[in-house]
Amino acid sequence: MAALRREGRRFAPLISPRSITAVRSSPIAPTHEDEGPIGVRYISTQVVRNRMKSVKNIQKITKAMKMVAASKLRAVQSKTENSRGLWQPFTALLGDLPSVDVKKSVVVTISSDKGLCGGINSTSVKISKGIHKLNSGPEKETKYVVLGEKAKAQLIRDSKKDIELIITELQKNALNYTQVSVLADEILKNVEFDALRIVFNKFHSVVSFVPTVSTVLSPEIVEREAESGGKLGDLDNYEVEGGETKGEILQNLAEFQFSCVMFNAVLENACSEQGARMSAMDSSSRNAGDMLDRLTLTYNRTRQASITTELIEIISGASALEG
Amino acid sequence: MLRQASRLLAGGPILATRARSFSTDTTFTEAWTKVIPNIDPPKTPLSFIHPRPPTPSSIPSKLTVNFVLPYASELATKEVDMVIVPATTGQMGVLPGHVATIAELKPGVLSVHEGNEVTKYFVSSGFVFIHANSFADIIAVEAVPLDQLDANHVQKGLADFTSKLSSATTDLEKAEAQIGIDVHSALNSALTG
Repeated sequence: MAALRREGRRFAPLISPRSITAVRSSPIAPTHEDEGPIGVRYISTQVVRNRMKSVKNIQKITKAMKMVAASKLRAVQSKTENSRGLWQPFTALLGDLPSVDVKKSVVVTISSDKGLCGGINSTSVKISKGIHKLNSGPEKETKYVVLGEKAKAQLIRDSKKDIELIITELQKNALNYTQVSVLADEILKNVEFDALRIVFNKFHSVVSFVPTVSTVLSPEIVEREAESGGKLGDLDNYEVEGGETKGEILQNLAEFQFSCVMFNAVLENACSEQGARMSAMDSSSRNAGDMLDRLTLTYNRTRQASITTELIEIISGASALEG
Repeated sequence: MLRQASRLLAGGPILATRARSFSTDTTFTEAWTKVIPNIDPPKTPLSFIHPRPPTPSSIPSKLTVNFVLPYASELATKEVDMVIVPATTGQMGVLPGHVATIAELKPGVLSVHEGNEVTKYFVSSGFVFIHANSFADIIAVEAVPLDQLDANHVQKGLADFTSKLSSATTDLEKAEAQIGIDVHSALNSALTG
Protein backbone atom coordinates (compact mmCIF):
# COMPACT_ATOMS: atom_id res chain seq x y z
CA MET A 1 0.00 0.00 0.00
CA ALA A 2 2.81 2.39 0.91
CA ALA A 3 4.55 1.54 -2.33
CA LEU A 4 1.46 2.42 -4.27
CA ARG A 5 1.08 5.74 -2.49
CA ARG A 6 4.68 6.58 -3.18
CA GLU A 7 4.37 5.66 -6.80
CA GLY A 8 1.28 7.81 -7.08
CA ARG A 9 3.21 10.84 -5.89
CA ARG A 10 6.12 9.96 -8.12
CA PHE A 11 4.06 9.79 -11.23
CA ALA A 12 1.92 12.83 -10.60
CA PRO A 13 4.30 15.27 -12.26
CA LEU A 14 4.96 12.81 -15.06
CA ILE A 15 1.37 12.45 -16.14
CA SER A 16 1.03 14.34 -19.34
CA PRO A 17 -2.29 14.78 -21.17
CA ARG A 18 -1.08 12.29 -23.69
CA SER A 19 -0.98 9.43 -21.23
CA ILE A 20 -4.56 10.06 -20.19
CA THR A 21 -5.77 9.82 -23.77
CA ALA A 22 -3.84 6.58 -23.99
CA VAL A 23 -6.12 5.23 -21.27
CA ARG A 24 -9.22 6.28 -23.15
CA SER A 25 -8.30 5.01 -26.53
CA SER A 26 -6.71 1.64 -25.93
CA PRO A 27 -6.74 0.09 -22.52
CA ILE A 28 -6.04 -3.25 -24.20
CA ALA A 29 -2.65 -2.34 -25.56
CA PRO A 30 -0.91 -0.26 -22.95
CA THR A 31 1.65 2.08 -24.33
CA HIS A 32 4.85 0.15 -24.45
CA GLU A 33 6.79 3.28 -25.11
CA ASP A 34 7.95 2.85 -21.57
CA GLU A 35 11.54 3.84 -21.64
CA GLY A 36 11.50 7.22 -23.26
CA PRO A 37 14.05 9.94 -22.96
CA ILE A 38 11.86 12.18 -20.75
CA GLY A 39 10.87 9.45 -18.33
CA VAL A 40 8.54 6.53 -18.10
CA ARG A 41 5.15 7.33 -19.62
CA TYR A 42 2.81 5.13 -17.69
CA ILE A 43 -0.89 5.30 -17.28
CA SER A 44 -1.42 6.15 -13.67
CA THR A 45 -2.90 3.32 -11.73
CA GLN A 46 -5.23 5.81 -10.12
CA VAL A 47 -6.88 6.55 -13.44
CA VAL A 48 -7.27 2.86 -14.23
CA ARG A 49 -8.65 2.21 -10.79
CA ASN A 50 -11.29 4.91 -11.16
CA ARG A 51 -12.33 3.50 -14.46
CA MET A 52 -12.58 0.01 -13.00
CA LYS A 53 -14.77 1.28 -10.19
CA SER A 54 -17.18 2.99 -12.55
CA VAL A 55 -17.37 -0.01 -14.88
CA LYS A 56 -18.10 -2.28 -11.93
CA ASN A 57 -20.91 0.00 -10.80
CA ILE A 58 -22.38 0.02 -14.27
CA GLN A 59 -22.25 -3.76 -14.33
CA LYS A 60 -24.14 -3.94 -11.03
CA ILE A 61 -26.78 -1.54 -12.31
CA THR A 62 -27.34 -3.41 -15.55
CA LYS A 63 -27.57 -6.72 -13.73
CA ALA A 64 -30.20 -5.26 -11.43
CA MET A 65 -32.14 -3.85 -14.40
CA LYS A 66 -32.11 -7.27 -15.99
CA MET A 67 -33.59 -8.86 -12.85
CA VAL A 68 -36.29 -6.19 -12.68
CA ALA A 69 -37.15 -6.68 -16.33
CA ALA A 70 -37.31 -10.46 -15.82
CA SER A 71 -39.78 -10.13 -12.97
CA LYS A 72 -41.94 -7.63 -14.87
CA LEU A 73 -41.88 -9.95 -17.87
CA ARG A 74 -43.20 -12.85 -15.81
CA ALA A 75 -46.08 -10.71 -14.61
CA VAL A 76 -47.12 -9.49 -18.07
CA GLN A 77 -46.48 -12.75 -19.88
CA SER A 78 -49.27 -14.67 -18.22
CA LYS A 79 -51.73 -11.87 -19.00
CA THR A 80 -50.59 -11.76 -22.61
CA GLU A 81 -50.96 -15.47 -23.13
CA ASN A 82 -54.46 -15.37 -21.72
CA SER A 83 -55.43 -12.54 -24.02
CA ARG A 84 -54.26 -14.33 -27.14
CA GLY A 85 -57.61 -16.00 -27.61
CA LEU A 86 -59.30 -12.63 -27.88
CA TRP A 87 -58.44 -11.62 -31.44
CA GLN A 88 -58.70 -15.08 -33.01
CA PRO A 89 -62.49 -15.14 -33.45
CA PHE A 90 -62.41 -11.78 -35.23
CA THR A 91 -59.76 -12.89 -37.67
CA ALA A 92 -61.60 -16.18 -38.17
CA LEU A 93 -64.73 -14.23 -39.10
CA LEU A 94 -63.35 -11.26 -40.99
CA GLY A 95 -59.91 -12.37 -42.09
CA ASP A 96 -57.09 -9.89 -42.33
CA LEU A 97 -56.65 -7.72 -45.38
CA PRO A 98 -53.56 -5.56 -45.05
CA SER A 99 -53.53 -4.96 -48.79
CA VAL A 100 -57.02 -3.47 -48.84
CA ASP A 101 -57.30 -0.36 -50.94
CA VAL A 102 -58.61 2.49 -48.81
CA LYS A 103 -58.52 6.25 -48.92
CA LYS A 104 -57.81 7.01 -45.28
CA SER A 105 -55.62 4.69 -43.32
CA VAL A 106 -54.47 5.34 -39.80
CA VAL A 107 -51.34 3.68 -38.46
CA VAL A 108 -51.40 3.09 -34.71
CA THR A 109 -47.80 2.67 -33.59
CA ILE A 110 -47.31 1.07 -30.21
CA SER A 111 -44.00 1.65 -28.46
CA SER A 112 -42.56 1.93 -24.99
CA ASP A 113 -42.15 4.96 -22.79
CA LYS A 114 -38.80 4.01 -21.33
CA GLY A 115 -35.63 3.35 -23.23
CA LEU A 116 -32.77 0.87 -22.93
CA CYS A 117 -34.85 -1.84 -24.53
CA GLY A 118 -32.85 -2.71 -27.59
CA GLY A 119 -34.15 -2.03 -31.07
CA ILE A 120 -37.85 -2.80 -30.83
CA ASN A 121 -39.06 0.78 -30.93
CA SER A 122 -36.95 1.60 -33.95
CA THR A 123 -38.33 -1.49 -35.70
CA SER A 124 -41.89 -0.41 -35.01
CA VAL A 125 -41.23 3.07 -36.32
CA LYS A 126 -39.53 1.74 -39.45
CA ILE A 127 -42.47 -0.55 -40.18
CA SER A 128 -44.92 2.32 -39.59
CA LYS A 129 -43.05 4.53 -41.98
CA GLY A 130 -42.99 1.66 -44.48
CA ILE A 131 -46.75 1.27 -44.25
CA HIS A 132 -47.15 4.99 -44.66
CA LYS A 133 -45.08 4.86 -47.82
CA LEU A 134 -47.01 1.86 -49.11
CA ASN A 135 -50.33 3.57 -48.60
CA SER A 136 -49.64 7.01 -49.89
CA GLY A 137 -50.48 8.12 -53.33
CA PRO A 138 -53.00 10.30 -55.10
CA GLU A 139 -56.25 10.50 -53.07
CA LYS A 140 -54.85 8.26 -50.38
CA GLU A 141 -53.58 9.54 -47.10
CA THR A 142 -52.11 7.97 -44.01
CA LYS A 143 -52.10 9.42 -40.52
CA TYR A 144 -50.38 8.29 -37.33
CA VAL A 145 -51.66 7.68 -33.83
CA VAL A 146 -48.67 7.28 -31.54
CA LEU A 147 -48.64 5.38 -28.27
CA GLY A 148 -45.47 5.75 -26.24
CA GLU A 149 -42.69 8.29 -25.88
CA LYS A 150 -40.08 6.55 -27.95
CA ALA A 151 -42.09 6.41 -31.16
CA LYS A 152 -43.24 9.96 -30.55
CA ALA A 153 -39.65 11.18 -30.42
CA GLN A 154 -38.79 9.44 -33.67
CA LEU A 155 -41.92 10.23 -35.64
CA ILE A 156 -42.19 13.84 -34.60
CA ARG A 157 -38.96 14.61 -36.37
CA ASP A 158 -40.10 14.07 -39.92
CA SER A 159 -43.82 13.29 -39.89
CA LYS A 160 -45.06 15.91 -37.45
CA LYS A 161 -47.97 17.03 -39.59
CA ASP A 162 -49.25 13.48 -40.07
CA ILE A 163 -49.63 12.70 -36.39
CA GLU A 164 -53.21 12.86 -35.19
CA LEU A 165 -52.98 11.74 -31.59
CA ILE A 166 -50.16 11.09 -29.13
CA ILE A 167 -50.73 8.99 -26.02
CA THR A 168 -48.03 8.43 -23.42
CA GLU A 169 -47.66 6.95 -19.91
CA LEU A 170 -49.74 3.97 -20.82
CA GLN A 171 -48.11 1.63 -18.31
CA LYS A 172 -48.32 3.87 -15.27
CA ASN A 173 -51.05 1.62 -13.88
CA ALA A 174 -51.18 -2.06 -14.73
CA LEU A 175 -52.64 -2.70 -18.17
CA ASN A 176 -56.25 -3.73 -18.14
CA TYR A 177 -59.07 -3.96 -20.63
CA THR A 178 -61.03 -1.00 -19.28
CA GLN A 179 -58.15 1.39 -19.81
CA VAL A 180 -57.50 0.12 -23.32
CA SER A 181 -61.16 0.30 -24.28
CA VAL A 182 -61.32 3.94 -23.11
CA LEU A 183 -58.25 4.60 -25.22
CA ALA A 184 -59.79 2.86 -28.22
CA ASP A 185 -62.93 4.93 -27.72
CA GLU A 186 -60.88 8.14 -27.82
CA ILE A 187 -59.16 7.09 -31.01
CA LEU A 188 -62.40 6.07 -32.68
CA LYS A 189 -64.06 9.34 -31.72
CA ASN A 190 -61.32 11.67 -32.84
CA VAL A 191 -59.84 10.05 -35.88
CA GLU A 192 -61.53 9.38 -39.19
CA PHE A 193 -60.42 6.19 -40.77
CA ASP A 194 -61.23 3.62 -43.39
CA ALA A 195 -58.66 1.16 -42.11
CA LEU A 196 -56.70 1.06 -38.87
CA ARG A 197 -53.34 -0.62 -38.97
CA ILE A 198 -51.92 -1.46 -35.58
CA VAL A 199 -48.14 -1.93 -35.56
CA PHE A 200 -46.64 -3.72 -32.58
CA ASN A 201 -44.02 -6.32 -31.63
CA LYS A 202 -45.48 -9.73 -31.05
CA PHE A 203 -43.84 -11.67 -28.27
CA HIS A 204 -42.66 -15.13 -29.32
CA SER A 205 -40.02 -15.81 -26.72
CA VAL A 206 -37.59 -13.94 -24.54
CA VAL A 207 -35.21 -13.46 -27.44
CA SER A 208 -37.61 -13.22 -30.37
CA PHE A 209 -40.03 -10.37 -31.08
CA VAL A 210 -41.77 -10.26 -34.43
CA PRO A 211 -43.06 -6.95 -35.80
CA THR A 212 -46.69 -7.46 -36.72
CA VAL A 213 -49.41 -5.37 -38.29
CA SER A 214 -53.10 -6.00 -37.58
CA THR A 215 -55.68 -4.41 -39.82
CA VAL A 216 -59.12 -3.37 -38.54
CA LEU A 217 -61.51 -2.14 -41.21
CA SER A 218 -64.29 0.37 -40.74
CA PRO A 219 -67.83 -0.99 -41.22
CA GLU A 220 -68.28 0.74 -44.57
CA ILE A 221 -65.19 -0.92 -46.00
CA VAL A 222 -66.30 -4.28 -44.58
CA GLU A 223 -69.60 -3.91 -46.44
CA ARG A 224 -67.81 -2.89 -49.61
CA GLU A 225 -65.46 -5.85 -49.49
CA ALA A 226 -68.27 -8.25 -48.64
CA GLU A 227 -70.29 -7.08 -51.60
CA SER A 228 -67.45 -7.18 -54.05
CA GLY A 229 -66.77 -10.79 -53.17
CA GLY A 230 -63.21 -11.93 -52.77
CA LYS A 231 -62.00 -12.63 -49.29
CA LEU A 232 -64.90 -11.27 -47.28
CA GLY A 233 -67.53 -12.61 -49.64
CA ASP A 234 -68.62 -15.21 -47.12
CA LEU A 235 -69.72 -12.50 -44.74
CA ASP A 236 -73.05 -12.14 -46.49
CA ASN A 237 -73.91 -15.72 -45.57
CA TYR A 238 -74.01 -14.70 -41.94
CA GLU A 239 -77.37 -13.69 -40.57
CA VAL A 240 -77.17 -10.66 -38.40
CA GLU A 241 -79.43 -10.79 -35.38
CA GLY A 242 -80.82 -7.83 -33.62
CA GLY A 243 -80.49 -4.15 -34.18
CA GLU A 244 -82.44 -2.22 -36.73
CA THR A 245 -79.92 -2.44 -39.50
CA LYS A 246 -77.02 -4.66 -40.31
CA GLY A 247 -74.87 -1.55 -40.38
CA GLU A 248 -75.46 -0.86 -36.70
CA ILE A 249 -74.27 -4.29 -35.67
CA LEU A 250 -71.25 -4.07 -37.98
CA GLN A 251 -70.37 -0.72 -36.43
CA ASN A 252 -70.43 -2.20 -32.93
CA LEU A 253 -68.48 -5.16 -34.21
CA ALA A 254 -65.75 -2.99 -35.70
CA GLU A 255 -65.39 -0.99 -32.49
CA PHE A 256 -65.30 -4.12 -30.34
CA GLN A 257 -62.75 -5.68 -32.67
CA PHE A 258 -60.55 -2.62 -32.43
CA SER A 259 -60.56 -2.59 -28.64
CA CYS A 260 -59.85 -6.33 -28.41
CA VAL A 261 -57.03 -6.20 -30.96
CA MET A 262 -55.56 -3.12 -29.22
CA PHE A 263 -55.65 -4.86 -25.85
CA ASN A 264 -53.73 -7.83 -27.18
CA ALA A 265 -51.31 -5.60 -29.09
CA VAL A 266 -50.53 -3.43 -26.07
CA LEU A 267 -49.88 -6.48 -23.89
CA GLU A 268 -47.69 -8.15 -26.50
CA ASN A 269 -45.68 -4.99 -26.93
CA ALA A 270 -45.20 -4.64 -23.17
CA CYS A 271 -43.94 -8.24 -23.04
CA SER A 272 -41.59 -7.61 -25.95
CA GLU A 273 -40.29 -4.47 -24.28
CA GLN A 274 -39.42 -6.31 -21.07
CA GLY A 275 -37.83 -9.17 -22.98
CA ALA A 276 -35.78 -6.81 -25.12
CA ARG A 277 -34.66 -4.90 -22.05
CA MET A 278 -33.59 -8.16 -20.41
CA SER A 279 -31.41 -9.15 -23.32
CA ALA A 280 -30.02 -5.62 -23.76
CA MET A 281 -29.07 -5.38 -20.10
CA ASP A 282 -27.64 -8.89 -20.19
CA SER A 283 -25.33 -8.12 -23.08
CA SER A 284 -24.43 -4.84 -21.42
CA SER A 285 -23.38 -6.57 -18.17
CA ARG A 286 -21.38 -9.09 -20.14
CA ASN A 287 -19.66 -6.29 -22.00
CA ALA A 288 -18.91 -4.51 -18.75
CA GLY A 289 -17.44 -7.73 -17.38
CA ASP A 290 -15.15 -8.05 -20.40
CA MET A 291 -14.05 -4.45 -20.03
CA LEU A 292 -13.34 -5.01 -16.37
CA ASP A 293 -11.12 -8.00 -17.21
CA ARG A 294 -9.11 -5.98 -19.67
CA LEU A 295 -8.74 -3.07 -17.26
CA THR A 296 -7.59 -5.42 -14.51
CA LEU A 297 -4.86 -6.75 -16.77
CA THR A 298 -3.76 -3.21 -17.62
CA TYR A 299 -3.78 -2.28 -13.98
CA ASN A 300 -1.65 -5.24 -12.96
CA ARG A 301 0.79 -4.68 -15.79
CA THR A 302 1.16 -1.03 -14.85
CA ARG A 303 1.63 -1.83 -11.19
CA GLN A 304 4.23 -4.49 -11.86
CA ALA A 305 6.09 -2.30 -14.32
CA SER A 306 6.34 0.54 -11.84
CA ILE A 307 7.60 -1.81 -9.11
CA THR A 308 10.18 -3.16 -11.54
CA THR A 309 11.30 0.37 -12.40
CA GLU A 310 11.72 1.25 -8.77
CA LEU A 311 13.73 -1.87 -8.14
CA ILE A 312 15.94 -1.14 -11.13
CA GLU A 313 16.60 2.38 -9.95
CA ILE A 314 17.41 1.26 -6.44
CA ILE A 315 19.72 -1.48 -7.58
CA SER A 316 21.48 0.64 -10.17
CA GLY A 317 21.88 3.38 -7.59
CA ALA A 318 23.34 0.93 -5.11
CA SER A 319 25.70 -0.58 -7.67
CA ALA A 320 26.81 2.92 -8.72
CA LEU A 321 27.72 3.66 -5.10
CA GLU A 322 29.68 0.44 -4.68
CA GLY A 323 31.68 0.35 -7.75
CA MET B 1 -56.89 -11.56 -56.39
CA LEU B 2 -57.46 -13.97 -59.32
CA ARG B 3 -54.57 -16.13 -58.22
CA GLN B 4 -56.12 -16.56 -54.77
CA ALA B 5 -59.51 -17.48 -56.22
CA SER B 6 -58.06 -20.06 -58.61
CA ARG B 7 -55.97 -21.53 -55.79
CA LEU B 8 -59.02 -21.91 -53.55
CA LEU B 9 -61.13 -23.43 -56.31
CA ALA B 10 -58.46 -25.82 -57.49
CA GLY B 11 -57.21 -26.94 -54.08
CA GLY B 12 -60.37 -26.78 -52.01
CA PRO B 13 -63.36 -29.11 -52.06
CA ILE B 14 -66.55 -28.41 -54.00
CA LEU B 15 -68.50 -25.22 -53.43
CA ALA B 16 -71.00 -26.74 -51.02
CA THR B 17 -68.29 -27.48 -48.50
CA ARG B 18 -66.26 -24.34 -49.13
CA ALA B 19 -63.31 -23.95 -46.82
CA ARG B 20 -63.35 -20.72 -44.86
CA SER B 21 -59.63 -20.46 -44.88
CA PHE B 22 -57.93 -17.18 -45.52
CA SER B 23 -54.55 -17.72 -47.13
CA THR B 24 -51.85 -15.30 -46.05
CA ASP B 25 -52.09 -12.06 -47.94
CA THR B 26 -49.35 -12.36 -50.53
CA THR B 27 -50.33 -9.14 -52.28
CA PHE B 28 -49.29 -7.25 -49.16
CA THR B 29 -45.89 -8.89 -48.89
CA GLU B 30 -45.26 -8.40 -52.61
CA ALA B 31 -46.23 -4.73 -52.52
CA TRP B 32 -44.04 -4.25 -49.47
CA THR B 33 -40.95 -5.84 -50.98
CA LYS B 34 -41.35 -3.65 -54.05
CA VAL B 35 -41.59 -0.38 -52.17
CA ILE B 36 -39.38 -1.10 -49.16
CA PRO B 37 -36.84 -3.73 -50.17
CA ASN B 38 -34.49 -3.34 -47.24
CA ILE B 39 -36.82 -4.23 -44.39
CA ASP B 40 -38.60 -7.56 -43.94
CA PRO B 41 -42.37 -7.23 -44.21
CA PRO B 42 -44.22 -7.41 -40.91
CA LYS B 43 -46.26 -10.48 -40.09
CA THR B 44 -50.04 -10.38 -40.03
CA PRO B 45 -52.46 -12.16 -37.69
CA LEU B 46 -53.21 -14.70 -40.41
CA SER B 47 -49.83 -16.32 -39.76
CA PHE B 48 -50.68 -16.83 -36.10
CA ILE B 49 -54.25 -17.98 -36.22
CA HIS B 50 -55.20 -21.51 -35.25
CA PRO B 51 -56.68 -23.12 -38.36
CA ARG B 52 -60.37 -23.91 -38.37
CA PRO B 53 -61.87 -26.95 -40.05
CA PRO B 54 -63.93 -26.41 -43.20
CA THR B 55 -67.69 -26.72 -43.26
CA PRO B 56 -68.54 -30.44 -43.26
CA SER B 57 -71.21 -31.82 -45.58
CA SER B 58 -73.29 -33.34 -42.78
CA ILE B 59 -74.24 -31.72 -39.50
CA PRO B 60 -71.74 -32.67 -36.78
CA SER B 61 -72.97 -34.09 -33.52
CA LYS B 62 -71.26 -31.61 -31.24
CA LEU B 63 -70.88 -27.87 -31.18
CA THR B 64 -67.36 -26.54 -30.64
CA VAL B 65 -67.36 -23.53 -28.39
CA ASN B 66 -64.66 -20.89 -27.82
CA PHE B 67 -65.61 -18.64 -24.95
CA VAL B 68 -63.02 -15.86 -24.56
CA LEU B 69 -62.64 -12.96 -22.18
CA PRO B 70 -59.97 -10.28 -22.29
CA TYR B 71 -58.06 -11.82 -19.44
CA ALA B 72 -58.68 -15.53 -19.97
CA SER B 73 -60.01 -18.12 -22.37
CA GLU B 74 -62.83 -19.69 -20.38
CA LEU B 75 -63.56 -22.43 -22.89
CA ALA B 76 -61.26 -23.20 -25.76
CA THR B 77 -62.55 -25.53 -28.49
CA LYS B 78 -64.75 -27.39 -26.07
CA GLU B 79 -67.23 -29.81 -27.58
CA VAL B 80 -70.70 -29.33 -26.14
CA ASP B 81 -74.27 -30.19 -27.04
CA MET B 82 -75.84 -26.76 -26.83
CA VAL B 83 -75.28 -23.22 -25.61
CA ILE B 84 -77.93 -20.64 -24.81
CA VAL B 85 -76.68 -17.10 -25.32
CA PRO B 86 -78.36 -13.88 -24.20
CA ALA B 87 -78.58 -12.07 -27.53
CA THR B 88 -80.16 -8.63 -27.82
CA THR B 89 -83.19 -10.28 -29.41
CA GLY B 90 -83.60 -12.66 -26.47
CA GLN B 91 -82.19 -15.97 -25.33
CA MET B 92 -80.86 -17.81 -28.36
CA GLY B 93 -80.19 -21.54 -28.33
CA VAL B 94 -77.32 -22.71 -30.49
CA LEU B 95 -77.17 -26.33 -31.62
CA PRO B 96 -74.75 -28.00 -34.00
CA GLY B 97 -75.64 -27.10 -37.56
CA HIS B 98 -77.00 -23.68 -36.61
CA VAL B 99 -77.07 -21.21 -39.48
CA ALA B 100 -74.11 -18.83 -39.60
CA THR B 101 -74.95 -15.81 -37.46
CA ILE B 102 -73.44 -12.72 -35.94
CA ALA B 103 -75.26 -11.54 -32.84
CA GLU B 104 -74.61 -8.91 -30.22
CA LEU B 105 -75.07 -9.93 -26.60
CA LYS B 106 -76.87 -8.08 -23.84
CA PRO B 107 -76.21 -8.61 -20.13
CA GLY B 108 -77.65 -11.97 -19.19
CA VAL B 109 -77.06 -15.61 -18.47
CA LEU B 110 -75.04 -17.85 -20.76
CA SER B 111 -75.54 -21.55 -20.20
CA VAL B 112 -73.40 -24.32 -21.62
CA HIS B 113 -75.05 -27.74 -21.85
CA GLU B 114 -72.78 -30.76 -22.02
CA GLY B 115 -74.51 -34.09 -21.50
CA ASN B 116 -76.30 -33.66 -18.22
CA GLU B 117 -74.25 -30.80 -16.84
CA VAL B 118 -75.14 -27.19 -17.27
CA THR B 119 -72.64 -24.43 -16.52
CA LYS B 120 -74.08 -20.96 -16.19
CA TYR B 121 -72.23 -17.67 -16.46
CA PHE B 122 -73.44 -14.13 -16.23
CA VAL B 123 -71.97 -12.19 -19.15
CA SER B 124 -71.85 -8.41 -19.34
CA SER B 125 -72.01 -7.98 -23.09
CA GLY B 126 -70.12 -8.95 -26.18
CA PHE B 127 -70.59 -10.76 -29.43
CA VAL B 128 -71.24 -14.28 -30.59
CA PHE B 129 -70.23 -15.59 -34.01
CA ILE B 130 -71.71 -18.86 -35.14
CA HIS B 131 -69.88 -20.29 -38.12
CA ALA B 132 -71.19 -22.72 -40.66
CA ASN B 133 -68.82 -25.45 -39.45
CA SER B 134 -70.53 -25.63 -36.02
CA PHE B 135 -67.98 -23.47 -34.31
CA ALA B 136 -69.30 -20.86 -31.93
CA ASP B 137 -67.11 -17.98 -30.78
CA ILE B 138 -68.43 -16.12 -27.77
CA ILE B 139 -66.46 -12.99 -26.93
CA ALA B 140 -67.52 -11.26 -23.74
CA VAL B 141 -66.04 -8.40 -21.80
CA GLU B 142 -66.75 -9.88 -18.39
CA ALA B 143 -68.24 -13.17 -17.26
CA VAL B 144 -68.74 -14.63 -13.81
CA PRO B 145 -70.17 -17.96 -12.71
CA LEU B 146 -73.56 -17.41 -11.10
CA ASP B 147 -72.56 -18.62 -7.65
CA GLN B 148 -70.18 -15.69 -7.29
CA LEU B 149 -72.96 -13.12 -7.42
CA ASP B 150 -74.23 -11.54 -4.20
CA ALA B 151 -77.99 -10.95 -4.14
CA ASN B 152 -77.89 -8.08 -1.62
CA HIS B 153 -75.33 -6.21 -3.64
CA VAL B 154 -77.47 -6.59 -6.73
CA GLN B 155 -80.55 -5.17 -4.97
CA LYS B 156 -78.57 -2.26 -3.63
CA GLY B 157 -77.11 -1.54 -7.06
CA LEU B 158 -80.53 -1.64 -8.65
CA ALA B 159 -81.91 0.83 -6.10
CA ASP B 160 -78.89 3.11 -6.59
CA PHE B 161 -79.22 3.27 -10.32
CA THR B 162 -82.99 3.79 -10.23
CA SER B 163 -82.49 6.80 -8.00
CA LYS B 164 -79.70 8.03 -10.26
CA LEU B 165 -81.97 7.79 -13.27
CA SER B 166 -84.68 9.87 -11.61
CA SER B 167 -82.14 12.52 -10.59
CA ALA B 168 -80.24 12.51 -13.89
CA THR B 169 -80.12 15.74 -15.84
CA THR B 170 -77.96 15.30 -18.93
CA ASP B 171 -78.48 12.68 -21.61
CA LEU B 172 -75.16 11.07 -20.75
CA GLU B 173 -76.11 10.61 -17.09
CA LYS B 174 -79.50 9.23 -18.12
CA ALA B 175 -77.86 6.76 -20.50
CA GLU B 176 -75.36 5.63 -17.86
CA ALA B 177 -78.08 5.17 -15.25
CA GLN B 178 -80.20 3.26 -17.74
CA ILE B 179 -77.31 0.92 -18.51
CA GLY B 180 -76.83 0.35 -14.78
CA ILE B 181 -80.48 -0.48 -14.36
CA ASP B 182 -80.43 -2.89 -17.32
CA VAL B 183 -77.43 -4.78 -16.01
CA HIS B 184 -78.70 -4.98 -12.46
CA SER B 185 -82.18 -6.13 -13.43
CA ALA B 186 -80.59 -8.78 -15.64
CA LEU B 187 -78.45 -9.83 -12.65
CA ASN B 188 -81.58 -9.96 -10.54
CA SER B 189 -83.46 -12.16 -12.94
CA ALA B 190 -80.38 -14.35 -13.33
CA LEU B 191 -80.27 -14.94 -9.59
CA THR B 192 -83.99 -15.54 -9.16
CA GLY B 193 -84.93 -17.22 -12.45
